Amino acid sequence: MLLPISWLRTLVDLEGIDNDTIEKSLFSCGLEVEERALFVGDVQGVVVGELLSVCKMENSEHLQICRVNCGTYGEDIQIVTGASNIKAGDRVPVALHGATVYGKEGKVVTIKNGKLLGTPSNGMLCSGEELGIDDDWYEGAGVYGILILAPDAPIGADVREVLELNDEVWDISVTANLPHCQSVWGIARELSALLNREAQEPVLDYTATAEGKENISVTVEAPDLCPRYIAHYVKDIRIAPSPCWMRRRLILTGHKPINTVVDITNYVLTELGQPMHAFDLSTLAGEKIVVRRARDGEPITTLDEHEFRLTEENLVICDAEKPVALAGVMGGLNSEIRPDTSEVLFECAKFMRDNIRRTSRALGQSSDSSRRYEKGVDEYTTERAIARALHLVQELKCGTVTTTHVDCRAAAPVPTVITTTFEKINGVLGIEVPRREIISILERMNYDVIAVDDLITVTAPGYREDIEDYPDLAEDVIKMYGYEHITPRLMEGSAITAGGYSLLQSQTLAAKEALVRQGFFELINYSFYSEEELALLRLPEGDPRLNAVRIENPLSEKYGIMRTTLIPSLLGIVSHNGKRGHEDGRFFELANIFTPSGKKGVLPTERQTLTLALWGKEESFFTAKGALEALGDTFGLTFTYERGAEPFLHPGATARVFLGGEEIGILGQVSYECVADFEILGGVFLCELNYEALSAHFPELIRYTPIPKFPSVTRDLALVADEQVSCGEITEVIRSACKSVTEVRLFDVYRSEQIGAGKKSMAFGLTFTPTGDTPLSGEAVDKFVEKILKSLAYRLQIAIR
Amino acid sequence: MKEKLRACAAQIDEALAAVTCGEDLKQFHARFLGKGGVITALMKELGSYPKEERPAVGQMINSFKEEVLARFKAMESEVALREMQAKYERESVDITMPGVAHSVGALHPTSLIRAKLCEVFAGMGFRIYEGREIEDDYHNFTALNTPKDHPARDKQDTFYIEDDVMLRTHTSPGQIHCLETMKPPFKVVMPGKVFRCDDDATHAPMFHQIEGLVIDRHVTLCDLQGLLDTLAKAMFTDDTKTRFRPSYFPFTEPSVEVDVSCCECGGTGEGCRLCKGTGWIEILGGGVVNRRVIANCGLDPDEWTGLAFGAGLDRIGMLKYGINNIHLLYDGDKSVLRQFKK
Repeated sequence: MLLPISWLRTLVDLEGIDNDTIEKSLFSCGLEVEERALFVGDVQGVVVGELLSVCKMENSEHLQICRVNCGTYGEDIQIVTGASNIKAGDRVPVALHGATVYGKEGKVVTIKNGKLLGTPSNGMLCSGEELGIDDDWYEGAGVYGILILAPDAPIGADVREVLELNDEVWDISVTANLPHCQSVWGIARELSALLNREAQEPVLDYTATAEGKENISVTVEAPDLCPRYIAHYVKDIRIAPSPCWMRRRLILTGHKPINTVVDITNYVLTELGQPMHAFDLSTLAGEKIVVRRARDGEPITTLDEHEFRLTEENLVICDAEKPVALAGVMGGLNSEIRPDTSEVLFECAKFMRDNIRRTSRALGQSSDSSRRYEKGVDEYTTERAIARALHLVQELKCGTVTTTHVDCRAAAPVPTVITTTFEKINGVLGIEVPRREIISILERMNYDVIAVDDLITVTAPGYREDIEDYPDLAEDVIKMYGYEHITPRLMEGSAITAGGYSLLQSQTLAAKEALVRQGFFELINYSFYSEEELALLRLPEGDPRLNAVRIENPLSEKYGIMRTTLIPSLLGIVSHNGKRGHEDGRFFELANIFTPSGKKGVLPTERQTLTLALWGKEESFFTAKGALEALGDTFGLTFTYERGAEPFLHPGATARVFLGGEEIGILGQVSYECVADFEILGGVFLCELNYEALSAHFPELIRYTPIPKFPSVTRDLALVADEQVSCGEITEVIRSACKSVTEVRLFDVYRSEQIGAGKKSMAFGLTFTPTGDTPLSGEAVDKFVEKILKSLAYRLQIAIR
Repeated sequence: MKEKLRACAAQIDEALAAVTCGEDLKQFHARFLGKGGVITALMKELGSYPKEERPAVGQMINSFKEEVLARFKAMESEVALREMQAKYERESVDITMPGVAHSVGALHPTSLIRAKLCEVFAGMGFRIYEGREIEDDYHNFTALNTPKDHPARDKQDTFYIEDDVMLRTHTSPGQIHCLETMKPPFKVVMPGKVFRCDDDATHAPMFHQIEGLVIDRHVTLCDLQGLLDTLAKAMFTDDTKTRFRPSYFPFTEPSVEVDVSCCECGGTGEGCRLCKGTGWIEILGGGVVNRRVIANCGLDPDEWTGLAFGAGLDRIGMLKYGINNIHLLYDGDKSVLRQFKK
């Protein structure tokens, strides 16, 4: 909210306290000053000048050459102007070389000495608009042409002084728990308590000087949404501009002055934080107010000429026939104050925070009123605000206050009383704030306090609807006492708890480290991407990965769906790196993928997925496979593979990855089509694993297996096999033929004419390990080899070379 | 025989002097010490000596042979040494040539910060809980004392999946999950991804937070500052200070915003662009857990008290590493990622 410091200083005695101290004080109350701005602060270096002479420029139709006396800034300065409303002897604002003023569309421009049509011009005479003001601020500032100042304006004086522009306006961020600080008075009240300075509440007294109208009636049909509605009838309305002081305060707080009646409602809103509305009584059918839920489809046109169709969710203010205002948000066009309005019904009500918020959101319509109601308005202030408005009517002499005052309330507000102990209050804080200090603080904050020994009973002030329990009191106390009294202490009275990573969490870190050691960079990508990115994988209709969790309100289609596979993200990263001049890279990401539950209200499934991408000249299917195997080996795991297929992978270089018989992922080379779609140069190899399935196989505990008493024996076999026979099949046959084989390692493959077309020679190194208490003899191993060869010949038609 | 041995010794001297390599040694051995060698031939001549002279002559030849053998052995070591030296010389490398690279990757900077914080808190008895990314309204808002249409929801522009299902806007729903499942007293930190509809120079629609929750019998604001002080010191430097100021979160009462002394200017603020001259930077929020939240989760708020806090992991990382744009963390650019090797 905007807070003019001059206004603040009229409500609380801040004599001798500078603005920096005020800012610090507000800060310690939880009111952060986001910006301290000088009103029209961009107007700088403009001084009062007296026009010595004004004469037409010879070679121009409308330019005039002025000689200006700016006192100490120069007693005879030549300035060319295009304005015609000036004459010698006028005192005018002069922007000298280096000054800044507002140009077209409020842009800040710097004035420089120069020439106009060859004639030197050493500055600029300013209009009100160029100084950021109009007639509402200063009489005559709205004129088309140069702003003519008072004849006694001191020559050479800064116009900021002369036009009374030197007001600081602060933008203060008020958190949702402090609705009572959403006004100039609210902040004054808080500062008064903190600084222990006198605050002067705005004057509320008024006298009803005329009989009202008996027939004016108010009915609240929705007391749940409108617990309080006060209406007061004012007649003999005189619509006119408000006085200068009021207009200026409204301008400083961002309102446009309109007329006495409307300005009073805005003034009260800013001063006390209570939104008000004024109806032209002559437009209210039956001189009647009904507060009710709108009917489905009921239309209303608001003051700003927007038409809405309402629902039962919206609260409306109606006359005997039709809605005349969207409660708490904006008045209706049909009941607005006009220049000829003679009778007014002021509305001062409490509408429920949540309902106003919902209506404002649903209709996309907000106003100063709705923004205030959304934070919460208290009934205590509602009662005072109507009195304040009537006082202002009398002060501005813009109407006759009548006796017709209708006050509808659901129930009298019950003051919040809390009985607790000093010990509990201090128990929240962890320090001993002296009892008399607690009492003094709470009393300064307008609590009624009764303290007997350790027991303390407080009644919260009527405007504090946020107070519920003793922690709220603790918060108020420490705010005023000062957070600097809190001293860091480390859980002295607390239980010792065992902390640290779970086994799986540690293993996950180890898995990541294992990949990092192999040259992988960890990625973190957004959990969402676009349907287009996913479509680049060419998944066929019906593929489960196309069934994505959809975001209702994405920032853009770029982030429309939750990921069902991490592959598009990683390919996107590879592509990005290629475009940034890199030629290779290894990347991994461990993140959730999401599957819709298919049932409303049942949360989607989140499953951790590990994806590797290897890219560049040095990479191949086998470096990718090697990386996967090294990862597995970190946990003593061995994968098995079967030929597989994916629409985005090379049909000849795709493998399904198995662990303990369970399929846990896919490994392969990205297809040329897909690589092209992602605009990647060079080959990319991918592996995507179900991390939860993988990690389920991580060892829970390590048990030592005794090492064999006798050494292992190795034998090399060179086999000639048909081209179609895979290494995996051979390994499988070897292992099943002899249980003593503990390792089968392929170390060479070659093809030659000698071996024959369609054949290959494969060299395997076999390790035999003795199982029992006897060493392996050469003869025993020979027998094993014989058995293996027989099995190979029988099952795979393989011969030894 | 003496004459013969002398002549032989002369030959040996000459031959040994000519030895330069292992092959020469072999030939030397064969010529003098082998089965068909000179010394063996002299031994065979022994039979032509009278029986009584034989022992003396034999003795003479034997000691001659031993002497030759010793010289041979000495020469053998010398040659071995010489050959090894030659081998070393041959194999001498240009040590300024580049190493054969087995390049190592790196964890993501946010992972590093996350791990560091988890370690610090683990040391203080905290467990680590990883929650869901998609939450229901109850856990993300309502149970955290932020009912529907509460103004505090404004600050958290939410991505919705459906009416009451959303991407979590903070890690705080973890508090509710922990309160529902863990037996007090406990301490837990909850790092994770969070989401808000915001994408500009300083905001990314996904970022990371870490939430902390302590449930015990008598914890106070002083304990909270103790914890956060420890965190700040571990993250930045030992002389980092923390400062509390009032704030508002629906799920804590009192609530505080926590500033740490600026890591760039050391808290002086002088001409510092990072802290805009204030000497403090805002990185954390926290407070005493609202009694309503404790009650919402079925615990007695008169028996159990709590502390909660939350911080932005990306923000801490950016401050610590001097990264000025959050989007750099999510671009996956190798030039960025390779700077974070431990």
